[in-house]
Amino acid sequence: MKLRDIVERLELQVVAAGENLDREVAGGYASDLLSDVMANSREGDIWVTLQAHPNIIAVASLKGMAGIVIVQGRSPEAQTVEKALQEGIPLMVTGLQTFEFVGRLHGLGVSGMR
Amino acid sequence: MLRAYRADLHIHSILSPCTEVVEMSPRAIVRRSVEAGLNLIAVCDHNSCENVPALQKAAAAAGLAVLAGMEIATREEIHILGLFGSASRAFEVQTVVYEHLPGENDEKAFGCQVVVNEQEEVVSFNKKLLIGATTLSLEAVVDLIHSRGGIAVASHIDREAYSIMSQLGFVPPGLALDALEVSPATGVDEARQRFPGLDHLPFIGSSDAHSLDGIGSSSTEFLMEDAGIDEVKLALAGREGRKVLGVRG
Repeated sequence: MKLRDIVERLELQVVAAGENLDREVAGGYASDLLSDVMANSREGDIWVTLQAHPNIIAVASLKGMAGIVIVQGRSPEAQTVEKALQEGIPLMVTGLQTFEFVGRLHGLGVSGMR
Repeated sequence: MLRAYRADLHIHSILSPCTEVVEMSPRAIVRRSVEAGLNLIAVCDHNSCENVPALQKAAAAAGLAVLAGMEIATREEIHILGLFGSASRAFEVQTVVYEHLPGENDEKAFGCQVVVNEQEEVVSFNKKLLIGATTLSLEAVVDLIHSRGGIAVASHIDREAYSIMSQLGFVPPGLALDALEVSPATGVDEARQRFPGLDHLPFIGSSDAHSLDGIGSSSTEFLMEDAGIDEVKLALAGREGRKVLGVRG
Protein backbone atom coordinates (compact mmCIF):
# COMPACT_ATOMS: atom_id res chain seq x y z
CA MET A 1 0.00 0.00 0.00
CA LYS A 2 1.25 3.47 -0.84
CA LEU A 3 1.59 6.15 1.83
CA ARG A 4 -0.70 8.37 -0.24
CA ASP A 5 -3.57 5.86 0.13
CA ILE A 6 -3.16 5.81 3.92
CA VAL A 7 -3.10 9.61 4.05
CA GLU A 8 -6.34 9.78 2.09
CA ARG A 9 -8.24 6.96 3.76
CA LEU A 10 -7.32 7.89 7.34
CA GLU A 11 -7.53 11.63 6.67
CA LEU A 12 -4.05 12.48 7.84
CA GLN A 13 -2.78 16.01 7.95
CA VAL A 14 0.46 16.10 5.97
CA VAL A 15 3.00 18.36 7.66
CA ALA A 16 6.00 17.59 5.43
CA ALA A 17 6.17 15.20 2.51
CA GLY A 18 7.43 16.53 -0.80
CA GLU A 19 7.40 13.82 -3.44
CA ASN A 20 7.61 11.01 -0.92
CA LEU A 21 3.93 10.15 -0.54
CA ASP A 22 4.35 7.56 -3.28
CA ARG A 23 6.49 5.41 -1.01
CA GLU A 24 5.40 1.85 -0.44
CA VAL A 25 4.49 1.06 3.19
CA ALA A 26 5.79 -2.41 4.08
CA GLY A 27 4.52 -2.60 7.66
CA GLY A 28 3.97 -0.62 10.83
CA TYR A 29 5.55 0.06 14.18
CA ALA A 30 4.13 1.94 17.18
CA SER A 31 6.36 3.11 20.04
CA ASP A 32 7.35 6.27 21.87
CA LEU A 33 10.77 5.12 23.02
CA LEU A 34 13.26 6.04 20.34
CA SER A 35 15.79 3.54 21.63
CA ASP A 36 13.16 0.83 21.07
CA VAL A 37 12.31 2.11 17.59
CA MET A 38 15.98 2.12 16.67
CA ALA A 39 16.30 -1.47 17.84
CA ASN A 40 13.08 -3.00 16.54
CA SER A 41 11.51 -1.10 13.65
CA ARG A 42 12.16 -2.14 10.06
CA GLU A 43 12.78 -0.51 6.73
CA GLY A 44 9.57 0.59 5.05
CA ASP A 45 7.57 0.78 8.31
CA ILE A 46 5.09 3.54 8.96
CA TRP A 47 5.87 4.71 12.52
CA VAL A 48 3.13 5.79 14.90
CA THR A 49 4.23 7.87 17.90
CA LEU A 50 3.34 10.79 20.13
CA GLN A 51 6.93 12.01 20.20
CA ALA A 52 7.32 15.26 18.27
CA HIS A 53 10.97 15.93 19.03
CA PRO A 54 13.38 16.52 16.09
CA ASN A 55 15.22 13.27 16.93
CA ILE A 56 12.32 11.24 15.44
CA ILE A 57 13.40 12.35 11.96
CA ALA A 58 16.95 11.12 12.44
CA VAL A 59 15.68 7.77 13.70
CA ALA A 60 13.25 7.35 10.78
CA SER A 61 15.95 8.29 8.31
CA LEU A 62 18.47 5.91 9.88
CA LYS A 63 15.98 3.04 9.72
CA GLY A 64 14.70 3.84 6.23
CA MET A 65 11.12 4.14 7.42
CA ALA A 66 8.30 5.08 5.05
CA GLY A 67 7.00 7.90 7.22
CA ILE A 68 5.97 9.09 10.68
CA VAL A 69 2.47 9.69 12.04
CA ILE A 70 2.24 11.83 15.19
CA VAL A 71 -0.92 11.04 17.17
CA GLN A 72 -3.36 13.03 19.29
CA GLY A 73 -3.04 16.10 17.09
CA ARG A 74 0.28 17.06 18.64
CA SER A 75 2.08 19.71 16.63
CA PRO A 76 5.64 18.81 15.78
CA GLU A 77 8.25 21.34 16.80
CA ALA A 78 9.38 23.71 14.01
CA GLN A 79 12.79 22.07 13.90
CA THR A 80 11.16 18.66 13.48
CA VAL A 81 9.32 19.84 10.36
CA GLU A 82 12.46 21.46 9.01
CA LYS A 83 14.46 18.26 9.46
CA ALA A 84 11.70 16.16 7.90
CA LEU A 85 11.87 18.29 4.77
CA GLN A 86 15.66 18.14 4.72
CA GLU A 87 15.75 14.36 5.12
CA GLY A 88 12.75 13.69 2.90
CA ILE A 89 10.84 11.90 5.66
CA PRO A 90 7.06 12.20 5.28
CA LEU A 91 5.60 13.61 8.50
CA MET A 92 1.87 13.42 9.21
CA VAL A 93 -0.49 14.16 12.10
CA THR A 94 -3.72 12.44 13.16
CA GLY A 95 -6.13 13.63 15.81
CA LEU A 96 -6.68 10.02 16.90
CA GLN A 97 -4.83 8.38 19.77
CA THR A 98 -2.40 5.55 19.13
CA PHE A 99 -4.68 2.56 19.83
CA GLU A 100 -7.44 3.79 17.56
CA PHE A 101 -5.12 4.91 14.79
CA VAL A 102 -3.15 1.66 14.76
CA GLY A 103 -6.43 -0.29 14.70
CA ARG A 104 -7.61 1.56 11.63
CA LEU A 105 -4.21 1.19 9.98
CA HIS A 106 -4.33 -2.55 10.58
CA GLY A 107 -7.82 -2.57 9.10
CA LEU A 108 -6.28 -1.27 5.87
CA GLY A 109 -3.94 -4.25 5.82
CA VAL A 110 -0.82 -2.72 7.33
CA SER A 111 0.71 -5.27 9.69
CA GLY A 112 3.37 -5.36 12.36
CA MET A 113 4.29 -8.88 11.27
CA ARG A 114 6.35 -9.73 8.22
CA MET B 1 43.13 27.26 46.80
CA LEU B 2 42.00 24.31 44.77
CA ARG B 3 41.00 21.17 46.64
CA ALA B 4 38.98 18.05 46.00
CA TYR B 5 35.25 18.01 46.76
CA ARG B 6 33.28 14.80 46.78
CA ALA B 7 29.79 15.45 45.48
CA ASP B 8 26.53 13.54 45.14
CA LEU B 9 24.44 15.91 43.04
CA HIS B 10 21.23 13.88 42.81
CA ILE B 11 19.45 13.07 46.08
CA HIS B 12 15.68 12.97 46.61
CA SER B 13 13.94 14.07 49.82
CA ILE B 14 10.55 13.19 51.30
CA LEU B 15 9.02 15.67 48.87
CA SER B 16 9.47 13.12 46.11
CA PRO B 17 6.45 10.80 46.23
CA CYS B 18 8.58 7.75 45.59
CA THR B 19 10.86 8.12 48.62
CA GLU B 20 10.41 6.22 51.85
CA VAL B 21 8.07 8.13 54.13
CA VAL B 22 9.98 9.90 56.90
CA GLU B 23 13.34 8.38 56.01
CA MET B 24 14.64 11.08 53.66
CA SER B 25 14.24 13.99 56.05
CA PRO B 26 16.68 16.90 55.95
CA ARG B 27 18.65 16.00 59.07
CA ALA B 28 18.89 12.35 58.10
CA ILE B 29 20.10 13.24 54.60
CA VAL B 30 22.73 15.59 56.04
CA ARG B 31 23.90 13.04 58.61
CA ARG B 32 24.18 10.24 56.07
CA SER B 33 25.92 12.50 53.52
CA VAL B 34 28.58 13.47 56.05
CA GLU B 35 29.04 9.81 57.03
CA ALA B 36 29.47 8.94 53.37
CA GLY B 37 32.32 11.44 53.11
CA LEU B 38 30.50 13.91 50.89
CA ASN B 39 31.36 17.62 50.91
CA LEU B 40 28.68 18.71 48.47
CA ILE B 41 25.19 17.45 47.66
CA ALA B 42 22.24 18.64 45.62
CA VAL B 43 18.70 17.85 46.62
CA CYS B 44 16.76 17.24 43.42
CA ASP B 45 13.12 16.35 43.95
CA HIS B 46 10.78 15.66 41.04
CA ASN B 47 9.63 18.93 39.48
CA SER B 48 9.95 20.80 42.78
CA CYS B 49 12.52 22.46 45.04
CA GLU B 50 10.37 23.15 48.09
CA ASN B 51 12.58 21.22 50.51
CA VAL B 52 15.79 22.95 49.41
CA PRO B 53 15.65 25.68 52.10
CA ALA B 54 15.19 23.11 54.88
CA LEU B 55 18.10 21.05 53.56
CA GLN B 56 20.36 24.07 53.27
CA LYS B 57 19.59 25.18 56.84
CA ALA B 58 20.00 21.66 58.21
CA ALA B 59 23.38 21.35 56.47
CA ALA B 60 24.78 24.74 57.47
CA ALA B 61 26.24 23.56 60.79
CA ALA B 62 27.55 20.29 59.37
CA GLY B 63 30.02 21.76 56.91
CA LEU B 64 28.11 20.24 54.03
CA ALA B 65 27.31 22.39 51.00
CA VAL B 66 23.87 21.93 49.44
CA LEU B 67 23.09 23.13 45.94
CA ALA B 68 19.49 23.97 45.14
CA GLY B 69 18.25 21.47 42.60
CA MET B 70 15.26 19.99 40.85
CA GLU B 71 14.74 16.98 38.60
CA ILE B 72 12.49 18.25 35.84
CA ALA B 73 10.55 15.86 33.58
CA THR B 74 10.30 17.13 29.99
CA ARG B 75 7.33 16.39 27.78
CA GLU B 76 9.35 13.59 26.20
CA GLU B 77 9.56 12.13 29.75
CA ILE B 78 13.29 12.78 29.97
CA HIS B 79 14.58 13.66 33.43
CA ILE B 80 16.88 16.69 33.53
CA LEU B 81 18.61 17.93 36.67
CA GLY B 82 18.70 21.68 37.18
CA LEU B 83 21.32 22.84 39.72
CA PHE B 84 21.19 26.44 40.91
CA GLY B 85 23.31 28.93 42.84
CA SER B 86 20.53 29.84 45.25
CA ALA B 87 17.15 28.61 46.37
CA SER B 88 15.54 31.78 44.98
CA ARG B 89 16.77 30.99 41.46
CA ALA B 90 15.45 27.46 41.80
CA PHE B 91 12.07 28.76 42.98
CA GLU B 92 11.88 31.01 39.90
CA VAL B 93 12.31 27.93 37.74
CA GLN B 94 9.82 26.01 39.86
CA THR B 95 7.18 28.67 39.13
CA VAL B 96 7.53 28.01 35.40
CA VAL B 97 7.61 24.25 35.94
CA TYR B 98 4.39 24.35 38.00
CA GLU B 99 2.66 26.38 35.28
CA HIS B 100 3.45 23.55 32.86
CA LEU B 101 2.78 20.59 35.16
CA PRO B 102 -0.75 19.21 34.87
CA GLY B 103 -2.51 16.94 37.35
CA GLU B 104 -2.96 16.44 41.06
CA ASN B 105 -1.15 13.89 43.24
CA ASP B 106 -2.97 10.79 44.42
CA GLU B 107 -1.24 9.93 47.69
CA LYS B 108 -2.58 6.37 47.73
CA ALA B 109 -1.18 5.67 44.28
CA PHE B 110 2.09 7.59 44.35
CA GLY B 111 2.84 8.45 47.98
CA CYS B 112 3.01 11.60 50.10
CA GLN B 113 4.83 14.73 49.02
CA VAL B 114 5.97 16.27 52.27
CA VAL B 115 7.31 19.82 52.57
CA VAL B 116 9.25 20.30 55.82
CA ASN B 117 11.25 22.96 57.61
CA GLU B 118 14.73 22.51 59.10
CA GLN B 119 13.15 21.43 62.42
CA GLU B 120 11.59 18.57 60.44
CA GLU B 121 8.11 19.88 61.10
CA VAL B 122 5.65 19.23 58.30
CA VAL B 123 4.86 22.53 56.62
CA SER B 124 2.47 21.20 53.98
CA PHE B 125 1.67 18.37 51.61
CA ASN B 126 2.36 19.33 48.02
CA LYS B 127 -0.72 18.62 45.87
CA LYS B 128 0.88 18.84 42.42
CA LEU B 129 1.39 15.66 40.41
CA LEU B 130 5.15 15.84 40.91
CA ILE B 131 5.68 12.33 39.51
CA GLY B 132 4.22 13.53 36.19
CA ALA B 133 5.86 15.23 33.24
CA THR B 134 5.76 18.89 32.29
CA THR B 135 4.54 20.03 28.88
CA LEU B 136 7.93 21.68 28.26
CA SER B 137 10.19 20.26 25.56
CA LEU B 138 13.70 19.08 26.34
CA GLU B 139 15.19 22.16 24.72
CA ALA B 140 12.80 24.45 26.63
CA VAL B 141 13.78 22.88 29.96
CA VAL B 142 17.51 23.23 29.27
CA ASP B 143 16.96 26.87 28.25
CA LEU B 144 14.85 27.50 31.35
CA ILE B 145 17.60 26.15 33.64
CA HIS B 146 20.25 28.26 31.89
CA SER B 147 18.07 31.38 32.02
CA ARG B 148 18.46 31.31 35.82
CA GLY B 149 22.20 30.65 35.72
CA GLY B 150 21.76 26.95 36.39
CA ILE B 151 23.55 23.78 35.32
CA ALA B 152 21.59 21.29 33.18
CA VAL B 153 22.47 17.60 33.56
CA ALA B 154 20.76 14.71 31.77
CA SER B 155 19.79 12.25 34.53
CA HIS B 156 20.83 8.57 34.58
CA ILE B 157 21.45 8.30 30.82
CA ASP B 158 22.05 4.56 31.18
CA ARG B 159 18.55 3.82 32.49
CA GLU B 160 15.88 2.29 30.31
CA ALA B 161 13.20 4.70 31.49
CA TYR B 162 13.01 8.48 31.76
CA SER B 163 16.47 9.00 30.27
CA ILE B 164 17.56 10.98 27.22
CA MET B 165 18.82 7.75 25.66
CA SER B 166 15.66 5.71 26.25
CA GLN B 167 13.30 8.45 25.13
CA LEU B 168 15.26 10.05 22.28
CA GLY B 169 17.81 7.42 21.29
CA PHE B 170 20.72 9.86 21.27
CA VAL B 171 21.71 13.29 22.53
CA PRO B 172 20.39 15.82 20.00
CA PRO B 173 23.31 17.65 18.36
CA GLY B 174 23.58 21.21 19.62
CA LEU B 175 21.68 20.60 22.85
CA ALA B 176 23.39 22.78 25.47
CA LEU B 177 23.71 20.20 28.27
CA ASP B 178 26.45 20.78 30.83
CA ALA B 179 26.93 17.14 31.83
CA LEU B 180 25.56 13.61 31.58
CA GLU B 181 24.82 11.60 34.71
CA VAL B 182 25.48 7.88 34.96
CA SER B 183 23.74 5.79 37.61
CA PRO B 184 25.64 3.62 40.10
CA ALA B 185 24.56 0.43 38.30
CA THR B 186 26.58 1.22 35.18
CA GLY B 187 29.55 3.41 36.00
CA VAL B 188 31.28 5.94 33.79
CA ASP B 189 33.72 3.65 31.96
CA GLU B 190 30.97 1.32 30.81
CA ALA B 191 28.71 4.28 29.93
CA ARG B 192 31.40 5.85 27.74
CA GLN B 193 31.72 2.56 25.87
CA ARG B 194 27.99 2.09 25.53
CA PHE B 195 27.36 5.67 24.38
CA PRO B 196 30.20 6.66 22.05
CA GLY B 197 30.42 10.08 20.45
CA LEU B 198 29.76 12.01 23.65
CA ASP B 199 33.34 12.89 24.50
CA HIS B 200 32.52 16.60 24.30
CA LEU B 201 30.40 16.29 27.47
CA PRO B 202 31.58 15.51 31.00
CA PHE B 203 30.14 12.40 32.66
CA ILE B 204 29.33 12.55 36.35
CA GLY B 205 28.17 9.89 38.78
CA SER B 206 25.52 10.43 41.40
CA SER B 207 23.30 8.20 43.46
CA ASP B 208 19.74 9.28 42.58
CA ALA B 209 19.15 8.15 46.17
CA HIS B 210 15.56 7.61 47.26
CA SER B 211 16.62 6.01 50.54
CA LEU B 212 19.35 6.80 53.08
CA ASP B 213 21.57 3.87 52.22
CA GLY B 214 21.68 5.01 48.60
CA ILE B 215 23.33 8.34 49.41
CA GLY B 216 26.88 8.48 48.06
CA SER B 217 26.57 5.08 46.34
CA SER B 218 28.00 6.96 43.39
CA SER B 219 29.73 10.32 43.62
CA THR B 220 31.88 12.67 41.60
CA GLU B 221 35.10 14.25 42.78
CA PHE B 222 35.65 17.83 41.63
CA LEU B 223 38.80 19.97 41.90
CA MET B 224 37.50 23.43 42.85
CA GLU B 225 38.10 26.47 45.06
CA ASP B 226 34.76 26.22 46.82
CA ALA B 227 31.49 24.31 46.53
CA GLY B 228 29.52 27.08 44.80
CA ILE B 229 27.67 26.79 41.53
CA ASP B 230 30.24 28.85 39.58
CA GLU B 231 33.04 26.52 40.63
CA VAL B 232 31.01 23.46 39.63
CA LYS B 233 30.41 25.07 36.23
CA LEU B 234 34.13 25.67 35.76
CA ALA B 235 34.94 22.12 36.82
CA LEU B 236 32.43 20.62 34.39
CA ALA B 237 33.85 22.80 31.62
CA GLY B 238 37.42 21.92 32.68
CA ARG B 239 38.43 25.56 32.85
CA GLU B 240 40.80 27.63 35.02
CA GLY B 241 42.36 24.57 36.62
CA ARG B 242 39.03 23.22 37.86
CA LYS B 243 38.05 19.77 36.68
CA VAL B 244 36.27 16.51 37.27
CA LEU B 245 38.79 14.27 38.99
CA GLY B 246 36.79 11.10 38.76
CA VAL B 247 33.71 9.14 39.67
CA ARG B 248 33.51 6.61 42.47
CA GLY B 249 30.92 3.89 42.83
